This record gives sequence, C-alpha cells and structure tokens, in this order.
Amino acid sequence: MDNLRNVSSNPHVRSRMTTQMIMMWVIIALLPAAGFGIYNFGVNALIVLALSVGTCVLMEFLFEKIVKKKVTVGDLSAVVTGLLLGMNLPPTAPFWLPVVGGFFAIIIVKMLFGGLGQNFMNPALGARCFLLISFPVYMNNFIIHAYTGATPLSALKEAQQAGDVTTALRNLNVMDMIIGRTSGVIGETSMIAIVIGACILILAGIIDLRIPGSYIVSFVIFLLIFGPDRSSAYISAQLSGGGLMLGAFFMATDYVSSPITSSGKYIYGCFLGIMTGIFRVLGASGEGVSYAIILGNLLVPIIERFTIPRAFGIQKEPKAKKEVEEA
Amino acid sequence: MEEKKKGALGLTINSPAERVFNGFIVENPTLVLLIGMCPSLAITTNAVNGIYMGLATTFVLALSNVVISAIRKIVPDTVRIPAFIVVIASFVTLVDLVMHAYMPDMYAALGVYIPLIVVNCIIFGRAEAYASKNGMVPSFFDGIGMGLGFTAAITAIGLFREILGTGTVFNIPFMGSKVAETSALHGVPQVLIFVQPPGAFMVLAFLIALMNKIKKVLENRGKDTSQFGEMAAEETAAAKKAEEMKKEAAAKKEEAAKAIEKKEELPEKTEQFKEEAEKRAQAAKEEVKDAAQEENKEVSK
Repeated sequence: MDNLRNVSSNPHVRSRMTTQMIMMWVIIALLPAAGFGIYNFGVNALIVLALSVGTCVLMEFLFEKIVKKKVTVGDLSAVVTGLLLGMNLPPTAPFWLPVVGGFFAIIIVKMLFGGLGQNFMNPALGARCFLLISFPVYMNNFIIHAYTGATPLSALKEAQQAGDVTTALRNLNVMDMIIGRTSGVIGETSMIAIVIGACILILAGIIDLRIPGSYIVSFVIFLLIFGPDRSSAYISAQLSGGGLMLGAFFMATDYVSSPITSSGKYIYGCFLGIMTGIFRVLGASGEGVSYAIILGNLLVPIIERFTIPRAFGIQKEPKAKKEVEEA
Repeated sequence: MEEKKKGALGLTINSPAERVFNGFIVENPTLVLLIGMCPSLAITTNAVNGIYMGLATTFVLALSNVVISAIRKIVPDTVRIPAFIVVIASFVTLVDLVMHAYMPDMYAALGVYIPLIVVNCIIFGRAEAYASKNGMVPSFFDGIGMGLGFTAAITAIGLFREILGTGTVFNIPFMGSKVAETSALHGVPQVLIFVQPPGAFMVLAFLIALMNKIKKVLENRGKDTSQFGEMAAEETAAAKKAEEMKKEAAAKKEEAAKAIEKKEELPEKTEQFKEEAEKRAQAAKEEVKDAAQEENKEVSK
C-alpha cells in the first residue's frame, strides 16, 4: 500500500507519512504499556509477547510467499497486530496460545480478506475473541504469583450479581488500578502507561480524540444512567479497569476498521461506548470492550455510507431529476 | 433433441449418472447453490448428525421429487406450491415417525430440524426447478444426487467441526484428547468455537473455497459444466437468429430501394415495401439489442 504508483488527478496531499512510519509510531506508543506488563507479570509475559509478534510476522511472510504475493512484512503492521494480540492475552497463557491467535489474526482475519486495508475487523481483536470463545479456560486464568484474586472488573461483576457493589468497591484500590498493579491481560492493567502511549499517538498526529473521546464519554454517560452504582468510585474503577483504555486508544482507532468520515467517528465511538456499557453492566462477564469493538467494526461500512460528507459546491440533487433519470 | 446434449464430464443430460454428478459437484446444494443453510449450520456439530440428517433429507427429496414429477401435469399452476408442500410433508412425517420410533437418540439430537425438512430450500427448490418440469426417472436421480451432495457436504462440515471442537471422529475420541476434561488445564485443548455457530460458518467458508477449486480444476480440463454449455448454446442461437433477420430485412430494404429507383408503375406498393422493410429492420435491430443485453447480463453474472 505504501508504494502506490497509480496517481489520481490533483489536488494531492503531500505527506511523508508512510504505513511503515505510522506503524512505527504505534509500536513506540504501545511500548510503555507492554513494558509495564512485562515488569508487572514477569518473564512469561515477555515470552507471550515475543511469540505473538513472531508468529504474526512469520504468518504474513509465509502466506505471501505461498500465494506468490509481494511480501509486505516491512510495513510493520503485522508487528502491531502481534503486539496488540500479545497484550490482550493473560500472562499465564500457555505458549501455543499466542501462536494459534497469531495464525488466526493474520491468516483468517487479515490475509484471506485481502491483506492490510481490506480486513473487515481488527485482526488482533478478532483473534482475541476467537481465543476467548475457543479456550475460555486459558483466556480467563489470571492467577499468577503476585496476584491470586480475580480481575477488578470480574470482582465488581460478582459483587453486582450478589447485589453488593459498595463493599466490593471499598476492597478495590483504584490507585492500584490506575498504576496497573492488578491482575488482567498483559497490556491492559496500567492506565498511566496506556495514556502515555495515547499522548504519543495524538501528538504525532496518528490518531485524534474523536473516537476515543466519544467512546469514553458515552460509556460514562451510559454508566451514569444504567449502572448499578453511580458513585465516582465505581465510574473510575470501570474506566481504569479492563481493556477500556487500551481498546479506546489503540484498537478502536485502527485505521482500517474504523470509519473514515468525521461524523462517522463520533457515531462509531458512541456505539462502542454504549455497547461496552451494555456488555459490562448487563452481560454475564465483567469485560466487554473487545466484543463491542468487533461489533462496531462490522457496522463501519454502514456508518460510512450514511455519513459521506457533501463535497464543496455540490448541491443535493432535486428528487424530480433523479426520477427522470431513472425512467 | 434433449437426450443428445452433453452435460458435465461428457455425460448425457438427464441420465442418472449426470443427475447424481450434478447434485454432487456441479450444483451441490450446500457448497455451490448455498441453499438449505439452516440444517447445514445448525446440526453439524458432529459428523454422525450430518449423515443422518443428510440421509433423511435424501429420502424425502428423492421420493417427493418422484411424486411431484408424476402429478406435475394434473396440478394447476396456481396451487402447485400447496400441493408440493402436502407431498413433501407426507414424506417428512414418515421420516419423523420412523426416526422417533427406532432412533430416539438421533431424533433428540436433530430435534426440530427433522420436521423442518418440510420447508428445506433444497427440497422445495428441486421440486420447483426440476421435478415439476421433468420425468419421474430423472427426477428420482436428481433427488438422489442432490441428497447425496447435501449429505456429503454436511457430513464434511460436521467432521471438521467435530475434530476441532470436541476432538472426536464420528464420536470416537482420537489423539489422546479427553472429552471429559474440557474444563481442565491439561490434555489436548479443544477449539470450542467450532462447536458454536461461528465455527460452522468458518468451516463452511473453507469447504466452499475447496469446492470452487475442484470445480475450477474440472472446468480447466475442458469439460465444461452442463449449465454453462447450455447457456452458451442458447446465446449463440439467439444471436444467429437475430443476424438472419437483419440480413433479411436488409435484403428487403434493398429491394425496396431498387423499386424506388426503377420507379415502377405502382409507387404505393414501393412505399409499402419500404415501410415494411424499415419495420423489419427495426425489429431486427431490437432483437440484436436484446440479445446483446442478455449477453451482457450473463457476462456480468
């Protein structure tokens, strides 16, 4: 994609941003969260991340060799997919888990639909949901030396089902959740590290706040209306716990699987916020970010279709004229 | 005439072998026509389900095809669908009761999908598209072919889903997978998604891809599939006819022109001739246009 030679007619936007550059920035932005995950969970997390990245790159390379296509490993998108996938796996994951996930992300979700730019959903999230449905036992095993308890969100969920959220909230240390000293998947625990990465992306101009902003705001509004507890402690626990931040800044903003139109981005963000709220408040599991984003991915073509901006100077065609043309 | 047309693999069209091959490969209901999706996706959690479902459908399909073919000339067109439903439902009731009596386990496993054979697209589609237009013998073999194609396809889907999802082949565990230990953290893990709906879609997609490959290989051997051959023949015939009419019209026009040149005693007649010729030319032009449009449609298809 980055070496496109067929030039359309002018005017042209001049930019030095290649796919490779963008992906490089995303990798840099992901490093704080990944680094904290490794620091927090130990060597096993590092191995899972490395295996995930390695599998994704290798799968893309092999697939393109086998079907005799141009090898596009150099655009680094497979590295980003692998990194995101690894950060979405629990630190206790057996070593075949990232390999299976990487295969699914690259071969099934990405390459079979035509490679980068053609995938209908975020490959890393597609693979995460595939693993979550296929191997729930392995994907929900967060027990590691430092943390033996449930993730904050599942603790909240259990409390909600038992009808006593306030006690559960008292037991949660929101400061720990913001720093990241809780159990969870490798890359999601530290809100601070993720926000640092998000700032890098925003400052570098890779993403803007439309999708993450509308996502988080609509999620908070949903919680205020329908949540089991309207206290600020509950809201901040919901915001800093689970994959919300990672999803909002790094996965919902994936160029390929999010709307390209400006108003479409707000609609998409609000949809994600509401769906995440529904999954977290009403669903059986405490988490719902990945399913919400995948559902949103599927709606992107429809959202784009109805939010195409009108070009400057072009007026809406009168209806009568259209009918004549059709006749 | 019809007997001499050659279908797939050079088989005579409407011969038993051609019908069976057609149902199995060329127009495989599940993998090519994509009809009868409901049972194909819902009950294929293992291969044994697929076999029984397929055989039950084959039975209904073959016999209802025969009966519908037999009554095709006495049933008025306007009530044909209710009539077909009555015929199909009778056979389904038969299957339903027999399975309930002799195979209670399988009956429980297939559940509502046995009575739902009544509204299976494959059976209805074949009744409408084939049995109501052809004789009893070819209709019977059409039903057998379609039924076996369906059986093979859903058994294959079931087999893949079973191997990946529960670690068994025809309900027999293999490769040390422990069915009882699905919730334990050891043993060969089962890919649970394959016993759930998304897995069915994935396996179906891969089998369709495989089927397309098989069909491509067959076509590349120079053995055209029956459908395409027929269509092409019809098209060329239409084009030829249009061309002939055009020539005729041109000839008439020429004649008319000559008549005008000669300025015969009957100018009225010449005029008439001319008009007629022009009309015919117009008609021919339209014919050609239609044919071209049809061709375009076919191509775009």
